[in-house]
Amino acid sequence: MTELTQEQETESKIWSQGFIKGMTEEGESLSEINPESGPLGGNAAKAHSHGAGAGVPDSSRAGRLTSYKLADFPAITGREEDWRFTPLKRLRGLDRVGIKGMELNGAAPLVEASAPEGVTVETVGRDDARIGSAGIPEDRVAAAAWENFSEATIVTLPAEFVGNADNVTTLTLTGQGDTPAASHILVHAKKFATGVVVLDHRGTAVLSENVEVLVEDGADLTVVSIQDWNDDAVHASAQHVMAGRDSKVKHVVVNLGGDLLRTTPTARYSGTGAEVEMYGLYFADAGQHLEQRLFVDHSTKNCKSRVTYKGALQGDNAHAVWIGDVLIRKQAEGTDSYEMNRNLILTQGARADSVPNLEIETGMIEGAGHASATGRFDDEQLFYLQTRGIAEDVARRLVVRGFLNEVIQQIKVPALEERLRDSVERELESSAL
Amino acid sequence: MSTLEIKDLHVSIETEQGIKPILKGVSLTINTGETHAIMGPNGSGKSTLASTIAGHPRYTVDSGSITLDGENVLEMSVDERARAGLFLAMQYPVEIPGVTMTNFLRTAKTAIDGEAPKLRTWTKDVKAAMAQLRIEPEFAERNVNEGFSGGEKKRHEILQLELLRPKFAVLDETDSGLDVDALKIVSEGVNRAIHAGGLGTLLITHYTRILRYIKPQFVHVFVDGTIAEQGGPELADRLEEEGYDRYLVAETATA
Repeated sequence: MTELTQEQETESKIWSQGFIKGMTEEGESLSEINPESGPLGGNAAKAHSHGAGAGVPDSSRAGRLTSYKLADFPAITGREEDWRFTPLKRLRGLDRVGIKGMELNGAAPLVEASAPEGVTVETVGRDDARIGSAGIPEDRVAAAAWENFSEATIVTLPAEFVGNADNVTTLTLTGQGDTPAASHILVHAKKFATGVVVLDHRGTAVLSENVEVLVEDGADLTVVSIQDWNDDAVHASAQHVMAGRDSKVKHVVVNLGGDLLRTTPTARYSGTGAEVEMYGLYFADAGQHLEQRLFVDHSTKNCKSRVTYKGALQGDNAHAVWIGDVLIRKQAEGTDSYEMNRNLILTQGARADSVPNLEIETGMIEGAGHASATGRFDDEQLFYLQTRGIAEDVARRLVVRGFLNEVIQQIKVPALEERLRDSVERELESSAL
Repeated sequence: MSTLEIKDLHVSIETEQGIKPILKGVSLTINTGETHAIMGPNGSGKSTLASTIAGHPRYTVDSGSITLDGENVLEMSVDERARAGLFLAMQYPVEIPGVTMTNFLRTAKTAIDGEAPKLRTWTKDVKAAMAQLRIEPEFAERNVNEGFSGGEKKRHEILQLELLRPKFAVLDETDSGLDVDALKIVSEGVNRAIHAGGLGTLLITHYTRILRYIKPQFVHVFVDGTIAEQGGPELADRLEEEGYDRYLVAETATA
């Protein structure tokens, strides 16, 4: 079963013109949520460990357990919805922390910061009050990291700080070896601050990480998380974005190097009128498992979200997973949401799984939709380009570069864009095509 | 003045049932300025000839030769053939995700000419050529052939013909699947390329319809992998009236 290229194309749009089937102007015409006697009510529904205790069915993304405590999460079997694609054996124990003496006590990546004047980068202890202001773990691995990190790095863009592509804050995070480790980062943009923060992961690590991105009212923040580890690295990164009122957040994930990367960005809204754009770019080589799981939780009115993830795959057992969950809660009227994933499979033997999920609890929205397509670059395409005089290696680069450029050009930091284009070129050259 | 010479060409393909010969000795000489129509029923080997000239890996040349001004075409890779001056307008143009028409055309032009075209004149040339083929400007930013209708794909093949200016163009059933208006637009494009000079054309078609718009000097009828009959334009007129039946009857009789 080496050739498991999945080709699928789904496209659906729900726009607010006219009524959506099953919806009234007040929302979905369902009976009372999960009466005690119903199959989804009572004990069948899980209470949140924090916040509202109203029963929410397991099938809804809203029902996912969230907790800072590792003990609240049962052991992972691999059959859970959010773990079914992950090769647990290759997680090097990150999933089994606290079981049979498994510890998460390796040295956290070394942090080197380069920041413009005005931006502060601090190393703080676990008890710093700001920690936990933007996120809460949603799986066992993230909870283990939360319990086990010893120091956190906090980047603060002061109120009304004016940042741009020329004064980027960069944290270079260099892995300290293959002892399983935990780390914690908080990026905090205060009111009306603007700027760009890059998290540049490299070296060798077996790392479970939480990244909190707290964006206060009116701020405009870009966070780019690059995972360009050595080939043996294992990295689980839960990235929690909290968007304040009228804020703009651009969150970019770049997954290139490592044996197993599992990035789980979540966007939540603490106020109305916020815009979150989430971009992702990944390039899976032979044997690599690159997993991206997103969750956009629309819980406030008049917010916008756009998700665009694109990936290229080549080589035997290159595996990419993209899951895009979007939840529009009943109170989130005026939501405008669209998510898209595209995969380009360059050789036989690679596999892409792409699953967009959209849950809508109100009909009073601007729009919501998703698209997913996985296509192959095949010999006929190569032949076509060659009949126009284009040499084989140029043809292949042309296609991949063009495909990934849509995401790269969104970063809007020229130096970074250049570096990512070079990285993509290197990925293409390193393979025996 | 260039010459594309095909001599006693035998071509086969590998199928699940084994090796199947398709072309059984085809000889054909095309000079700059000439337009040759190749006609014939389905399965007679017309498209195989087109793909073999372009160098599609599926086809194996068992014997015979193809030369371009004496150079051995069969020894060239697909892209080398294109750079030597051969162009294939495909029957089913391929979709290329991630590559815009603009980028594709510029890359192809650069590859063919060996240097990047001058930006200002190139942009103007592309716009003018698109307008003449009634291609909406927004197609320039769309991915190559992605989501194009059949007619739009064929118009883009002719756009490439006009912009890349090859020595020899092989048009593989460019007329199939086109309505009359699209057929006229496409034919005008081919005629512009012919009248611009320096082009030899091999027009492969199943139907005589396109020959009302593009006038060949030579007509060759393909039947079962060989040229069954050749003549001038009058042969096309006869085919329009009689169809291919008399060749097929003859074939059955000799079988």
